This record gives sequence, structure tokens and C-alpha cells, in this order.
Amino acid sequence: MSATPILPNGRVLRYSFQERLVHWLAALSYIYLMLTGLAFWSPWLFWIAVLFGGGTVSRELHPWAGLIFVIATFKMYEMWGRQMHETELDKEFWRAVPHYIRNEDELVPSADRFNAGQKFLFWGFFWCGILLLLSGLILWFPHLIPWNLRYLRYFAVIVHPAAALLSIGLFIIHVYMGTAMERGSFGAVIRGDVSVGWAKRYHRIWYEHLLRNIATRK
Amino acid sequence: MSQASTEIIRISGHAGSVPGAGLDREFQVCKLVDTTTCIGCKACEVACLEWNGYTFSETTFDNSYQTMPETAWNYWNLIKFNEHEDPDHGLMLLMRKDQCMHCAEPGCLIACPADGAIVQYANGIVDFQEANCIGCGYCMSGCPFNIPKFSPTARKVFKCTLCNDRVSQGLEPACIKACPTGCLHFGTKSEMKELAETRATQLRDQSGFANAGVYDPAGVGGTHVIYVLHDAKNPEAYGGLPKDPHVPWTVRLWKMPLKWLGNIAIIGGVLGVFVHYLRFGPKPIPPDEENPPQAGVLRQESAPPERGKR
Repeated sequence: MSATPILPNGRVLRYSFQERLVHWLAALSYIYLMLTGLAFWSPWLFWIAVLFGGGTVSRELHPWAGLIFVIATFKMYEMWGRQMHETELDKEFWRAVPHYIRNEDELVPSADRFNAGQKFLFWGFFWCGILLLLSGLILWFPHLIPWNLRYLRYFAVIVHPAAALLSIGLFIIHVYMGTAMERGSFGAVIRGDVSVGWAKRYHRIWYEHLLRNIATRK
Repeated sequence: MSQASTEIIRISGHAGSVPGAGLDREFQVCKLVDTTTCIGCKACEVACLEWNGYTFSETTFDNSYQTMPETAWNYWNLIKFNEHEDPDHGLMLLMRKDQCMHCAEPGCLIACPADGAIVQYANGIVDFQEANCIGCGYCMSGCPFNIPKFSPTARKVFKCTLCNDRVSQGLEPACIKACPTGCLHFGTKSEMKELAETRATQLRDQSGFANAGVYDPAGVGGTHVIYVLHDAKNPEAYGGLPKDPHVPWTVRLWKMPLKWLGNIAIIGGVLGVFVHYLRFGPKPIPPDEENPPQAGVLRQESAPPERGKR
């Protein structure tokens, strides 16, 4: 976080360079994982593997991309884990979710740096990532699993696609909200800043906290 | 079916009956392994290696005649050896030729995601097409017999072909040709089944093996390699032959209900957010303050909240 949250252009710094870098490392690796994973998911989507250099190449690279995703996810946990703990405010937010969905934002309690929905997505991705890592390691080296531990493989073949499907559900919601629904969010994770109005509408508590920090430093 | 062009239905200007008309030609092939006459000589192993172009693998010693623990990607046919203490017959040296069973309901094929990597022929042979194999190893999880093996160098999976190349030319598999005791037979499924049942009856009636029987497990739809066992109630004693093999239920769950649930959920999710956008659209862009604050300067008039809870 830079010294001052209000940038010279009058906007508010929301995500530092490191946060944006880690986010996009996770995002790009996830998109590759999702597409190659879908190729193995259904014969009707196997053509996606052809676009990425063929089935063999996709199978070879998918686990490596998975490692990148997992590293980025753990880094996110390190950066944001503490800010993602549930608070009393989150319960109010969940009660107001129908208003949020209907874009009646004046009826939605304002949030700290992350609102309850963002926390839900974060933990959803985090735990899906853990399940995908554990099952993925087994699927990466199935030939190293001895026959008397074959139940590990049986576990992996069902857990991996199930966790992937859950994460795809989160991904659809995350991408839709971050691009089409909540204007300004995409810019926040690309350039790092948001308008003051955006900060006050969606994350007023966070914004006021930033302002108080400036005041005490003066 | 190429053989079908040699079957005659009608002949022009022909007196009398049509030769071969109404013949029920069976295409299903089967290998019969009679474990009761196997002497564990391993001629079948050598024939398999020779025909398929592999060399003998390094052996391990485990205080028995077992030369290596299990089949390998370049060793498709292995005699499983077990010293078995039988209450009626004393010490028995059980030998079982282990190889791909060529299931009618092949778990490897069901689990495989690569287009054309595993095919099942009408004669019952389940064959890997390594050119299409992507090396994911899902077949290894689908197989209840521990047969498909991954080659770390080729990064693909290999297994017994039932000598599809020989069988398609009217020859028997290489292992059959090499067997010196006649414990291996090859023919149509019904012939082999009949021969196996005859042998099992003989074992029950004349040799005192009350539980002798044929191993052709229904859980995988029957197999195109069948065994005669002295004790069909205890196939596990024959080097871990599974009693009731099935395609693992997680593979079934993944390939059927989860697949449809997942497809519906993904399509539903995409449609859902699209409909939401049509109905509600983007959130209104929040009004920026008329006078955005200067860099790093706290402006009193912007600090107090206009609404909402503290």
C-alpha cells in the first residue's frame, strides 16, 4: 500500500501492484486450468485441448498451471486471509443480499475492505483450491499410487471434477460481477484504483478507515 | 464387419440350399486360462515379450516363485504365484496368468477422456491406441484389475492387446501358441465357456474340488479372458483376482450423474448471470464527489457519512 490512499488523480488506491500481480497470476492460470480441464471433462469439449497444443500437451501442462494457481492462492491467503474473517457486518450484508442483487445498493450495509460476498468467493476458491491440489497431486502421478492405495485414486477422480465444478460456479459469479455488474471493479484490479464515489458506495468503512489513517499521520 | 462379406445369403441360379445360410457366426473371442493345469513355466510371458517386441525385465526375489510383483507397461503377461494352504488339499501352488481381462464393460474405456485412445472391438478385444493416448492415467483408476501401466518414457499407457494384430489375421494370441501344458485355450466365447464349464465339472466330480468353477465376472459384464479355478469362491487366493470386480463407483458417479449435473450447472450459471444482466443491468455508477479530494489531503466535508451505519 502506498503512502497515501488518495492518488494524485483524485482516485483511491484499492489494490497494490503486488495484489494485482498475484490476482492475475491466479486468474490466468485458472482460466487455462478451466479450459484444459473442461477439455478432459467432456468429449464435446475435447477440441479445446486441440487449441492448446493437443491433449498430451494439455495434460502435461495442466498440473504445472495448477501449481501456479495454488501458489498464487496461498499468496492471496497470506495477503488477504486476515481481512477475510467474517464479522457481524457480514451477517447484515447477507440479509440485504436480495437488495444487492436487485441493485438497490442504498439498502445494503456498507462494507470494510471486502464485503461478505467477496469473502464467500475467497474462501470458496481457497477450499476448492485445497481440494483440487490434493486430488490433483494424485491424478498427476497416478502410476506412483500403489495398488493397495487405489482408493486414493477413486477419491481423486470424483473430488477433482466436483471441486472444479464448484470453482467454475464461483468463477462465473466472480467474473460477471467484476466486469459487467459492478462497474469500476475491473479497473480496480487492472490499474489498482477506484473512484472516491465507488469506494464510498461499496466499501465505506474501508474508505473512512483510510481517511482516518491520513488524519492521524498528519 | 469384413467377415460378413464372406457369408452368403443368396446365390443366383443355384440349385439346392445355400451353403452356410442361417449360420450363426460368433465374433466374440475368448481366452481360457485353466489355472489347474498351469505349471508356471512362463513360456506365455516370453512369447508375449517376443511377439510385442519387449525384452525381459529385471526380476525381484520375494521368497517365492513370483518373479516380479505385477505386470508392467512393457510386461503385459505375468504368472501370479501364491502358496495357498487349503483345508482339504493341503499346500497348493496356485499359478495364474495375469493379463488384461478384456471386459465387456471396460472401466479403462469408461474413464478415458481422450478421443479414440481406447477402442472396444466387436470381437470383445479392448485395445489402446497409443497415438491418441494423452497419458492422463484415468484408465488406471477405471480398471478393477490393475492392468493399464504408465510408461514414464513414452508418457503413455500400455497393456495387453489380446494380440489384436494376430487375432485379426486369424491367428491365436502369442501366449496361447507357447503354452506347453494346454492350460491356455483360445476360441469363441461360447466355446471357451463350454470348455471351461466341462473342466470345472470334471474338477468337482472327479478331483474333489467341490468349489471348482469358472471366473467370468458379471460385475464388468463378463470378460474375454476367463479362468478355471479350483476354488471359484476364493479368487483372491490367485494373486489377488478380485471376487466381484466393478468399475469403481466414483468413476461411474463422475461419468454419469456428476457429468449431467455439472453440464446443467455450468450452462445454468452462464444463463443465470446473463438473465440477471438483462433484468437488472449493471449497478449504477456511483456519483463521484463534485470536488474530489486533493492527493493525501483530508477534506472535512467528505469525511462524515451521509447515510448508513457506523
